[in-house]
Formats: sequence, C-alpha cells, structure tokens
Amino acid sequence: MREALTLSANHALLTRANPLAKFAVVMLMTVVLALSIDWVSASVALAFELLLFPLAGLTLTLLWQRGWPLILAAALGGWSTSILAPDSGKILLDAGIWSISEGSLELGLGFLLRGLAIALPAVLLMSCTDPTDLADALAQKAKLPHRFVLGTLAAMRLVGLMAEEWQTIGMARRARGVGSHGSPAQRLKATLGQSFGLLVQAVRRASRLAVTMEARGFGGARRTWARESTYSALDIWVVLGGLLIAATAVSAAVGAGTWNMVFLEQ
Amino acid sequence: MTSSDSVRPAAVTARGWGWRHAGRSLPAVHGLDLDIQPGERVLLLGPSGAGKSTLLHALAGVLGDSDSGAHDGAPDAEDSDETGSLLIDGAPPRAQRGRAGLMQQDPETQVVLSRVGDDVAFGAENLSVPRRDIWRRVEEALDDAGLAHLPLDHPTSALSGGQKQRLALAGILAMRPGLLLLDEPTANLDPDGVLEVRDAVGRCLDKTGATLVVVEHRVGVWKDLVDRIVVLQPGTATDSAVLLDGSPDQVLAQAREMLVAAGVWVPGYVPATRTRNNGTDGMAAAPSGGDLLLAAEDLAVSREQPRRRRFKAIPPVPVQSGITAQVRAGQALTITGPNGSGKSTFALTLAGLLRPVSGKVSATLDLSDGAGIDPYKWKAEQLIARIGTVFQEPEHQFVTGRVLDELMFGPRHLGHGEERVDELLERLRLTQLVDANPYTLSGGEKRRLSVATVLAAHPRVLILDEPTFGQDANTWAELASFLSELLDAGTAVVSVTHDQEFSDVLGGTELKFGAPRLKPAAQQAGPRNPEVAAP
Repeated sequence: MREALTLSANHALLTRANPLAKFAVVMLMTVVLALSIDWVSASVALAFELLLFPLAGLTLTLLWQRGWPLILAAALGGWSTSILAPDSGKILLDAGIWSISEGSLELGLGFLLRGLAIALPAVLLMSCTDPTDLADALAQKAKLPHRFVLGTLAAMRLVGLMAEEWQTIGMARRARGVGSHGSPAQRLKATLGQSFGLLVQAVRRASRLAVTMEARGFGGARRTWARESTYSALDIWVVLGGLLIAATAVSAAVGAGTWNMVFLEQ
Repeated sequence: MTSSDSVRPAAVTARGWGWRHAGRSLPAVHGLDLDIQPGERVLLLGPSGAGKSTLLHALAGVLGDSDSGAHDGAPDAEDSDETGSLLIDGAPPRAQRGRAGLMQQDPETQVVLSRVGDDVAFGAENLSVPRRDIWRRVEEALDDAGLAHLPLDHPTSALSGGQKQRLALAGILAMRPGLLLLDEPTANLDPDGVLEVRDAVGRCLDKTGATLVVVEHRVGVWKDLVDRIVVLQPGTATDSAVLLDGSPDQVLAQAREMLVAAGVWVPGYVPATRTRNNGTDGMAAAPSGGDLLLAAEDLAVSREQPRRRRFKAIPPVPVQSGITAQVRAGQALTITGPNGSGKSTFALTLAGLLRPVSGKVSATLDLSDGAGIDPYKWKAEQLIARIGTVFQEPEHQFVTGRVLDELMFGPRHLGHGEERVDELLERLRLTQLVDANPYTLSGGEKRRLSVATVLAAHPRVLILDEPTFGQDANTWAELASFLSELLDAGTAVVSVTHDQEFSDVLGGTELKFGAPRLKPAAQQAGPRNPEVAAP
C-alpha cells in the first residue's frame, strides 16, 4: 500500500528516504552555514548541493520555478551587503554614502553564496518529499504533537486554494470599480482591500475545514496512522552524506583561512 | 461477507432541546422534541433561520467550537447556551466521536488531505482503527462512493465538485458512522454533480442501513430517497420547533402553500415570474433585434496568464476556443455546457476581466463611448459603467462594511448615479438592511445585494455567473423577474447557468459549450457557434 502513495511524478532516489532524515540534514546544513560568513565554506556546500540535484529529481529550471523568491532574496542580501558593509581595501565604486570596496564585495559575495547554500537544501527537501509524508515522519518519528502537525498540513492545502482565490477576488473587485490603475497610494489601498477580502475568505474556509476535521474525529489524544513512517539503510547514507558535506565545507574554509565565526567576532 | 455489517444505525432523541449561539439574543433552536428511529431517513426543511444547520452541527458534535450557518463570527463556547437534551443512542454526541458523519456545503473544505487515499483514511485514523483495517475500509468506502476508479495517490485538487463531495462521503463511510448528516450537500453543484452525490448517498444507505438526516432546499432531489420530512420553524418561546412531521407525500400535501411561501423548492412547482414583454416574441428574438454592444470573435479563453520563457511569451492552453458570440441591447444570452468547459472563463473574458488567449472581444462604439474597443484595457471606472459582472460568490465583491456604502461605492467613484441607489434598495428589498454588514446577510440577501451593487453603476451589459446557484425559490423568482424587467428596459443580460427554468424566463439565445478540451492538439469540430434556442 505504501508504494502506491509516493510522489507521483518524481521517482528519484531521495524520494525514498525518510523525510525526517532529510529534514535533519537540512537543519544541520543551516546551522553550520549560519556560523560563518565566508565564501569558501558556502561555495563548497553549494557545489555539493548542485551535485545532489539529480538524486532529488530536481533540475535548474524547476529550481528557478519553485525557489526564485529565495534566490532573489539571497541576491538582494548580497548586493546590499556589498554597498552597505564597512569599507576595507581598495574602493571599487563610490556613490556618496554607498560604496563598494574589495572588502565589502567579498563580504557581499559571501552573503550571496551563503544565502543560496542555505536556501537550496530546503528546496531540495521539498522537491523530493511529499508534505504528507513529512508530516507523518514528524508526528510518528520525531513525536511532535499530531494535532499541530496535521493541522499545519491541512492548512497548507488551503494556501494553494488561496492563490486561486486571490485572482478571483482581484477580478471581482475590478468588476466593482476597484482598479489597479492610479497613483501608488491608490494601488496600495486597492491591494490592501484585496488582501482583506482574501483574509475574510481564508478565515471562513479555515473554520469550515476545522469543522470538517473535527466531525471526522480529529482532536482526540490518540490516533493510528494509515501510513507507517519507516527508516531504511538509505537514511543512514543520507545523514552520513550530510555530515560529510558539512565537514568538508568547514575544513576547506578553515584550511583556506577564511573561516570566521560570526558570533565570536566583536 | 462485507465488513459494513458492523454499522449500527443510530437513534436520535431530542427533548426540549435548544441552542443559542454566543452573542445572539434569540436561540437558533428552541424547544425541539424529535425522535428519529435507527435507519430512518429524514429530510429537514424550514425557512432560513429555523436552525437546521445548528441541529446538524450539534448532532455531529462540533457545535460551539466553530460557527455554523451564514454568520461566521467565531463565538465563544462559554457564551453559547444549551437547554434540554439532544442524544444519539442515549448519549451526548460530543462523547461519541465518529458515531455521526457530517458533510457540508462547500466542496473545497470537505477535503482535508492532498491524496485521495489519505483523505479517506483520515477519519478512520482519528478513531484509532488499526492500520490493516484502515486500508480495507478505504478501498470499500471509495467503492461505495463510486470513486473506485481513482488511484489512491490521485491528487484531491484535481477532482470536480461532485467528486469532492463523494470523496467526503467516502471519508465519512470509512468511519462506519451510524448517522449520516448532510448539510445542503449539493447546493454548490451542477445538475450532474447533484445526481452523482444523491445516488452515491442512496447506495450507501441501502448497503449500511445507517440513519440519514439531510438539509436541502431542493425537495425534488431527495424526496424519493427519504421516508420522512420534518419541517422546523424559527425558535420562539411558545411554539414547538417542529412545525410538521410525516411522510414526504403527506407533508408536501399538507404544507405545500407554507413551504412555497418559505422559498422551499417543492417538486412540480416553478415560482411565478414576470413574463418578458418583447424578449420572447419574434421581433426581439431575431438576432438583429437590439443594438449590438459587445462581440466575441473566434475567441480562445483561459484563466492562466501567458508564461514568459527566454523573452518569449508562451500562451496558456485555452480551456475553450473558437467562440463567437454577440451581445445585444435588451437581449439575453445564456451560456450552458458541462463543468470545466470554460463557461465562466468565457464570461469573465467577455466582461473585460481576463485577457483573451487568442481572438478578440470588441465593444461597439455604442457601448465603449470613447473608452476604446477592448474592454480588458478599460480602467475599472470605465468598465463598471459599461459592463457589470456579478460573481458566483457574492462575498468576493464586497468592498465596504455597510450595505448602503456597498451600493454607493460605484456611483461615488463615477461621480453620478447616486439617485438610483434608493430605487435599487426598494426594488431588491434591501431598505431594511442599509446599515447591516454585508457579510452578515443571508445567502439570498447577499445575492440581491451583489446584483444591486453592480447595477448601481448603470452598466448596459450585465454578466452573471451562476446567479441562481443555491438560492431558495423566492430569491430565484425575484431575481428572474428583476432581470426580465431589465431586459425589457434595454439592458443586455449574459448569464452562465445550468438552470433551464431560469434561462426560459429570460429567453434570448443560448450558447452551448462542448466538453472541455483536454489536449491542446485536440482540434475537433468547432463547438460552438451560438445555437438559437427556440423559446
């Protein structure tokens, strides 16, 4: 039965790993990469992550489609660091209060690479993990409260619904004379109004969904699980692989002398 | 042997039961005395505000946590008030999770998880059914609900409304409840979906022998399936909550007039409506009758926007194409066809709200009045004064917190037409409600308000998406009469509808859509030229 319930389109190796093992690796990478802002450890981790793409059934096109907000945020973070960080070394560009120096550029590049290296594991995780399976693992293996886990899972399904609803409400409001034309202030007002409309619908849908779940017996202290979350030998390899990537990234940075612990620096 | 042998039909007993929602001065149900025997099938009727949904929610054991009915206000359980007793098999419903299964109106919120098999298993898991038994129950429940052909990992988001409701039924059946509670299960469905769900419920009841309580306006759909009708009336201190109780034929004969007055769809009764003065006679029904206002030429439509890839725009796959239609002053155009055939999408494109995939929508000079030929490019203020669109869900169009402000919104933006508001208030019976919050109105009131707000901007073309869905007979008749008046006064009315009786009242031409296009390559014979319905 379990076989019938995996991700339908993706048959890559990592889809068969237990979500919790993958989740643990993602957490590990995040913590290690958050320790230092240098470009060596980030680039090493990033290179490994790109190598993992085929194992997770991910391609660069898919990555851009699913992860572009993260990539954009990383790029923005890198850019603003370059222009705002205290200057050191040769000044490359000077525009009044904003300037880019060799030192700040290096810091900005480190920021950009780090942002990507931290964001990618999460994208990798979601591309080879069904949210339902992740919830199963979090509740059965990590022993998180099932009410919280399943409530979040059900709410996530509503998010997709709300995206459609946003488009419909936008059209419905245009049909009432609320346009996306006009001054920035008017547009902001229109967007706020549309958000309020969406919020109202989201609350209603959520409360009806809560009734549905409760009427199906949800909320009791105990429950059984139709899908058993199990570990396999693959999960050992996943965790070992994660440890290897983290260790290689740190030792490369220490070896290159770029490792700087952000929290120790004052 | 089938494992459904284990279903034990439930008995319901109410003794002087009443419920007042938090923050309300009057109880939703008062003094209810009712006995339902195990295996009985009961249709619950009554005007809105009689407490039908409240009773169903109470039996499902979910009352007090979340709101029910039209007024979603999240009341505190502490402030609500219960009197008397309401028992299933002699025990309070709350103490017996899974004994009753509830299906609500909105198909989207009846689905909990994203894969069909998981969703059906959800209730059984919560009842701590052992894993082995769960999957047996899931297969059986899907079979009973007529969904056995779907793989267990089929995405629930890909189901139609009728299928979602049958999935909800399967999820309920997997809990093996002795009592099935259906709260207007088919109000949001097209006619095919209605029958799908009704028949699936019938099959399951025949098999399990479970007790049924169903709330529904459309008596005709459920009449042959139930063996008892109970009519409730709004709670008062003196009268009993049960107005009538008996076999379907007996109750319908006894109380026909009363039920008709309360807006119930009694079988064989079509509410009286105003007849068109000219729309249905030869002169105006001729295609050349009124002035041409809006035309669609070889139109292909989709809700999706073109995607950009490497500086090239890739147009979305149209849901329907080759549509040619004309909208004329004083003439009705009705768009019909199966679900998913792109009727609403076409209407929204015609209304200047969606960009055509190919082909074009053009307004004549008569309609555009200096705004340009393409309605999609009009500014919002230009649009509402020319083409008014009423959405299926009235709440999507509410932009203020007060009925009067809602109506004044269009005219204020346009700078004229405020004098028309009083007339609309009067005509659509909203005068008593001017200070109310639109979100707190009943379903029928919301529908009347949404039509009024759009008309306040005085558009020459009115486009309505399923205006009669889920409406009671009274609102239906008012709406049909009002639109027939508008047509005679020269407004063009375009409606997307499954409702044959409604299109009969409006007359005019009918545009029939074929089945949805599944593959982009499937270029079959064009649908889709308007066929003139002979009224």
